[in-house]
Amino acid sequence: MLIETAERLFGDTITPQVLAAAEQGDFPQAAWDALAEAGLHLGLLPEEAGGFGVAPEDALALLRVAGRHALPLPLAETMLAGWLLSSAGLAVPEGPLTVAAGLTLTRDGAKFHVAGTLRGVAWGSDAAAVAVLTEMDGNPYVALLSGGYEIEERRNIAREPRNTLVVDAVPDGVAMSPVSALALRAAGAATRTLMIAGALERITAMTTQYALDRSQFGRPIGRFQAVQHSLATLAAQTAAALAAGGIAAESVVGGVKFPAIAAAKARASEAAGIGAGLAHQIHGAIGFTYEHSLHFFTKRLHAWRDEYGGEAEWNERLGRHLAAAGADALWPTLTAI
Amino acid sequence: MSALTFPPPPSSDSAEALRAEVRAFLATELADFPTTKRMESWSGFDPAFSRKLGARGWIGMTFPKEYGGHGRSNLERYVVIEELLAAGAPVVGHWIADRQSGPSILRFGSEAQKRFFIPRIVAGECFFCIGMSEPNSGSDLASVRTRATKVDGGWLINGTKLWTSHAHLAHFMILFCRSSGTPEDRQSGTSQFLVDMKATQGMNVRPVRAETGEHHFNEIHFQDAFVPDAALLGEEGQGWHQVTSELAYERSGPERFLSSFILLVETLRVLGTNPSERAAIAIGRLGAHLVTLRRLSRSVAGMLEAGGNPATQAALVKDLGALLEQEIPDIARALVAVDPPTPEIEQFAEVLAYTTLHAPSFSLRGGTREILRGIIARGLGLR
Repeated sequence: MLIETAERLFGDTITPQVLAAAEQGDFPQAAWDALAEAGLHLGLLPEEAGGFGVAPEDALALLRVAGRHALPLPLAETMLAGWLLSSAGLAVPEGPLTVAAGLTLTRDGAKFHVAGTLRGVAWGSDAAAVAVLTEMDGNPYVALLSGGYEIEERRNIAREPRNTLVVDAVPDGVAMSPVSALALRAAGAATRTLMIAGALERITAMTTQYALDRSQFGRPIGRFQAVQHSLATLAAQTAAALAAGGIAAESVVGGVKFPAIAAAKARASEAAGIGAGLAHQIHGAIGFTYEHSLHFFTKRLHAWRDEYGGEAEWNERLGRHLAAAGADALWPTLTAI
Repeated sequence: MSALTFPPPPSSDSAEALRAEVRAFLATELADFPTTKRMESWSGFDPAFSRKLGARGWIGMTFPKEYGGHGRSNLERYVVIEELLAAGAPVVGHWIADRQSGPSILRFGSEAQKRFFIPRIVAGECFFCIGMSEPNSGSDLASVRTRATKVDGGWLINGTKLWTSHAHLAHFMILFCRSSGTPEDRQSGTSQFLVDMKATQGMNVRPVRAETGEHHFNEIHFQDAFVPDAALLGEEGQGWHQVTSELAYERSGPERFLSSFILLVETLRVLGTNPSERAAIAIGRLGAHLVTLRRLSRSVAGMLEAGGNPATQAALVKDLGALLEQEIPDIARALVAVDPPTPEIEQFAEVLAYTTLHAPSFSLRGGTREILRGIIARGLGLR
């Protein structure tokens, strides 16, 4: 139900024009308002914090739909911020939110203060507030900032805002965080895994359709075995990413399962690069133009496969987890993931 | 996008309880089973072990109780077979009968065939081989020339089957051949027969050695080999339909991505519990592939349990699985040097050599990579 709502809503509001404008810095406010009206950003919140009691894996599955539409909005970030804040018992403000990790929290009597530089803050330029997972005396704290920072314009290779925030702020709220820095990074990786899966689904559909529509040598190029086998490979990578997305969606709430997310993000990131390359190869020159929409998806695949850690980071974490258990425990360790 | 539909795999507490039971059984039964036998994966043959599995109720698990089966779910069967494969248990004796022949007999067979075969299969005492490929019919199965000609009381079989794994060890063959028309008729006019490998006259089984020198394959000549009417499986002329209906079972199971698993275990053993960064990344990557493939494969098992025929999804699992199985020896040799051959890596080197030499078959058996990709393309709507 939630999925169908999101599919329809994003399909109506996220046009190639909106995507192109977003690259130029136009935040698609109308699309955000429609999303917020439907409550799609509240899925990870407990009911007492304004959520509506959907299973977390169903809420996270919305990000796969977001990926299918190259959604140029901080849906993942608002969900993560809401989860981080509500887990720490802090109130979740209205509006698009974002999330970051870093800085040092200091305390002078009852007064808290945070300062430093946060980099790569997704939609930092557009968010109403930032939930920062910071630390004090070696313990994780969440600090909510609705101001007190300078925003530097930065974008990822898909031209989504990934800002530098120079912070010197008194937080709106502070609380100890039950979510560790690694857990937040893994949760972020889970969001990107689902978004990659959705974008791969979309480019598989687009590329299949293109191969049926485009004729050369007197027949659709999809009739050639060489093209068919490339499309089959694209579909296989998409299938792997979908499995990774399913694992990721089930591994966030109720204790972040980092080996599962490590496997999921690493596998999806690998699929993203292979899939983007194949989609471009089959589309030929037209897919390399700005006019064709393929790049909105392939650029995001390239960005998302690195965000919250690429293959090297997560494969190494998983590899160390498997190695530490020992050769004879490899199978039970894998099946426990 | 229906070809890419992979529902979340169902889980059940009973399946997980069963997993613990299987692990305990294997820890005891295979305590002295050497790594250099485990590496054979599902090519290992041990009829006594097959009978023990039968006695535990782990063959024909999904077959109905009225025919001596155990009436359990596909997912419970999945747990048992993946645990067997991960341990490198010698399962090839009963493997085909459990996976394919038994289900085919249950689906298409006569009451008498079910009563005869199913209890024997379940006991681990009736092994099957599959007579499909021929010298001039490999991937193009519909071009088979082996022919069954109707005579009084039965059929006379003439022709040659090739690449028939374990025909020399099997008790029965499910033979796929032409029963009317000509090879130009393609799929129509084909049938399946249950051929007694021990008693049929006019049949000659000749070994075809693999590149390793091992005897798995056979060439089987039929010259006026008589099989009775009761050997016909299902309907005369429906052979193609019957054969293709079981492909999702054949292509989606854990044997399609675990064939090199023992080598991965041995690689990790040599690397130790604190490997280099490079090795950790490589091992993690293989782990990530295994975890995602296992989810896809279990998802297909769930679809099969629900009565679907996820043929495209099964082809996707097998294509990805074979790539992984074939990558493992390449990655293992990149991580662990085998020259000079020190005693510490002797066992690893032996498993590596075995897996390297068998790897080409992983994307040939059960449907070549090229055939699978054609099936996937059809599933996408390109054919």
